[in-house]
Amino acid sequence: MNRYLWPLIAVVALLVFLVMGLRHGDPRALPSPFIGKPAPQFELPTLKNPDVTIGTQHMAGNYAIVNVWATWCVMCRQEHGFLLDLAASGAIPIYGINWRDSRPEAIRWLQELGDPYLASAYDADGRVGIDWGVYGAPETFLVDPDGTVVYKHLGPLDPVIWQREFVSRMNTGGAD
Amino acid sequence: MIPEIGQFALILALSLAIFQTVFPLVGAHRNNAAMMDVGRTAATGQFVFVAIAFVCLTYAFLTDDFSVLYVANHSQLALPTLYKVSAVWGAHEGSLLLWIFLLAAWTLAVARFSSGLPEAFAARVIGVLGFLSIGFLLFALLTSNPFARLVPAAVDGGDLNPLLQDPGLAIHPPLLYVGYVGFSVAFAFAIAAMISGDLDQRWAKWTRPWTTVAWLFLTLGIALGSWWAYYELGWGGWWFWDAVENASFMPWLIGTALIHSLAVTEKRGLFKSWTLLLAITAFSLSLLGTFLVRSGIIVSVHAFATDPTRGFFILTFLAVVVVGALVLYAWRAPSLDSDAGFGLLSRETFLLLNNVLLVVATALVLIGTLAPLVIEMASGGKISIGPPWFNIAFLVPTIPLVVLLGLGMHTAWRSQDKSAWLRTIRLPAITALVLGVVIPLLIYGRISILLFVGCAAAVWIVVLALILPIRSLFREKGTAGITRSALGMSVAHLGMGLFVIGVTVVSAFGVESDRALRPGETIEVAGYEFEMRELRNVQGPNFSAIEAEIEIRRDGDFVATLRPQKRQYLVQKNWMTEASIRAGLDKDLFVALGDQLGSNGGWSVRIQYKPLIRFIWLGALVMALGGLIAITDRRYRSKVRKTAAVDGAAAEATA
Repeated sequence: MNRYLWPLIAVVALLVFLVMGLRHGDPRALPSPFIGKPAPQFELPTLKNPDVTIGTQHMAGNYAIVNVWATWCVMCRQEHGFLLDLAASGAIPIYGINWRDSRPEAIRWLQELGDPYLASAYDADGRVGIDWGVYGAPETFLVDPDGTVVYKHLGPLDPVIWQREFVSRMNTGGAD
Repeated sequence: MIPEIGQFALILALSLAIFQTVFPLVGAHRNNAAMMDVGRTAATGQFVFVAIAFVCLTYAFLTDDFSVLYVANHSQLALPTLYKVSAVWGAHEGSLLLWIFLLAAWTLAVARFSSGLPEAFAARVIGVLGFLSIGFLLFALLTSNPFARLVPAAVDGGDLNPLLQDPGLAIHPPLLYVGYVGFSVAFAFAIAAMISGDLDQRWAKWTRPWTTVAWLFLTLGIALGSWWAYYELGWGGWWFWDAVENASFMPWLIGTALIHSLAVTEKRGLFKSWTLLLAITAFSLSLLGTFLVRSGIIVSVHAFATDPTRGFFILTFLAVVVVGALVLYAWRAPSLDSDAGFGLLSRETFLLLNNVLLVVATALVLIGTLAPLVIEMASGGKISIGPPWFNIAFLVPTIPLVVLLGLGMHTAWRSQDKSAWLRTIRLPAITALVLGVVIPLLIYGRISILLFVGCAAAVWIVVLALILPIRSLFREKGTAGITRSALGMSVAHLGMGLFVIGVTVVSAFGVESDRALRPGETIEVAGYEFEMRELRNVQGPNFSAIEAEIEIRRDGDFVATLRPQKRQYLVQKNWMTEASIRAGLDKDLFVALGDQLGSNGGWSVRIQYKPLIRFIWLGALVMALGGLIAITDRRYRSKVRKTAAVDGAAAEATA
């Protein structure tokens, strides 16, 4: 085949892809493949103390949210204030996964901005992130008392999203 | 009334753009001189009417005409006059008008300075540019009319986004757009050459200065944007791998490859089809950038207001332009293969590697930019994959690029004698290896492999870039000195070296510290003491602010007083961080106010120590200067109608 056609083929493929991107309507409509499945098991050292580990079993028995964050992530800074409010309200235990970050910087971040997390797992190489299907930061998972992922939110949290997507799911789940 | 005149002028410009497209293209096909002549006249007319439209919109801003929707949304009575002018291009509709205006200006320049070109070729170039004008004018008139009225008129406007109320950002978009739009000229030259099928080395020679001008403006525009992000966004970073930044960076990378590839095509008649492809790609990426920024397909810190109809329009236009160009390419390029050979150790080899590495770098940026889109389609949220991926991925092609760049400068065309070559590079190599250890270890006190590589590479480029100019300075009387293009190349590469050293040192030794600080308290960061003297309220024209006075001392000696502000803009009610910076060539000291902590009067303060960060923008400035020197080369000033034969002196000339 004519090798001078390859740029054309590549561009047509890219254009098709971009059209699909534009047609993709409601960005929040499609669920994550992890929803309704048991949360992936993990066991990681905590951020503040490398000798202590934290894992899925610590979260069992209660609704909990798992928030994936990093100091390089601008949107994480944006949602941090809300996480602090949420933690102060005592509505739900918040666990963090500090993802692809440096430990001293992450600790400093928490000291300076406040720490909303019961504990943060330190996932330096992003391996647990892969198990959890993390694409980027911030992401927040809602895990029910049986350890099932009920909901996953991509992007920064805010009070509106919290009420609409998280609280509603906790009420229906808590009724049984 | 005035806005209607503006809108009518745009419609007239559109009809003239149609004339500017049809007549020269048909005329060139039929070899009809009268028809071809229409092109220049129509291009001039189009420019005049677009300029009238632009003036009308500016007038609406200056007179606070809030019956115009765009003005009501993006201006305000109390907005300082400078920002009323820059608000013209502060959002989608107006910046599109700026784009159209600059395209018309470039077209006028081509029409004016193309008298040396064969008539049919110049006509085709003007025709292709006219086609691009039609696309953008239709885009403005159909989906993004800047003159749409607001009934009833607003009493006061919604104000310009406070992030954009900054002198740096007032001139950043025009510079960037001059570059973006400038690649349309290289594109038009490529299309014209492919339509005529007459693709010899003259084509490369004509295209080169235009491409270099576009490239140098793009360089300045990107550098200014980076500088703005550094002091205005309040985080102290200078590059965020944000989708919009990437949208300007990709055409820059391909434009850089194009400049180098054009050199080979001009001097040696090689890489013809490749050069054409780069010319098409550079402009296509400019269009893709426009699409990404204006369609809302990707979230970004500075994406424009989004609208899917606009997205579809640009995508359709992009498809027509790029697919059309590539079909033409697939048809014409096979006949262009040259059988001229070159030795393994020759400038051609290095320029080929330069091209491959730059294209790989562009591909990595493109993948990283589009990856969130793939993710969004698969799962549904808007996120970024983050700088860590880019920072690592981007180093892979750039480290060899930087090393090879130094070698390529001192390698002759066709084939290079190995022993002479080794003699030239031996001393610079040793200097680089030594200083690569000395700079980080002795000045900054720490070393790592990446630090060594960065510093050594920077010294390597700087030394090698200085050899030709210095030799020329101390040459024997009566011998020929360095040509402007070779000097331009040396200066641009010197800029690259300064940039590399800046990036290396600031990323390794920069200190960022978020601390709590109360009036009267002192903290120490990077060997400097920062004392908060007081906090006070200040009032600006359209904002009120809290200002901290922070005194910096080193070992007790006064260094500077910084006054960072936290501003609340009165109309849009959002808070903005105005960092205060003590800038120096050796280091910046940067203080930004964060948020109030509790009720004890403490504030979170972000303090940064940024060694050599000025070298990043200085390097870009010097690169642009190199481009400026290169286009003043004598051979672009002479009439270029006669064929540009490759002469012996070419071996001395540019890359």
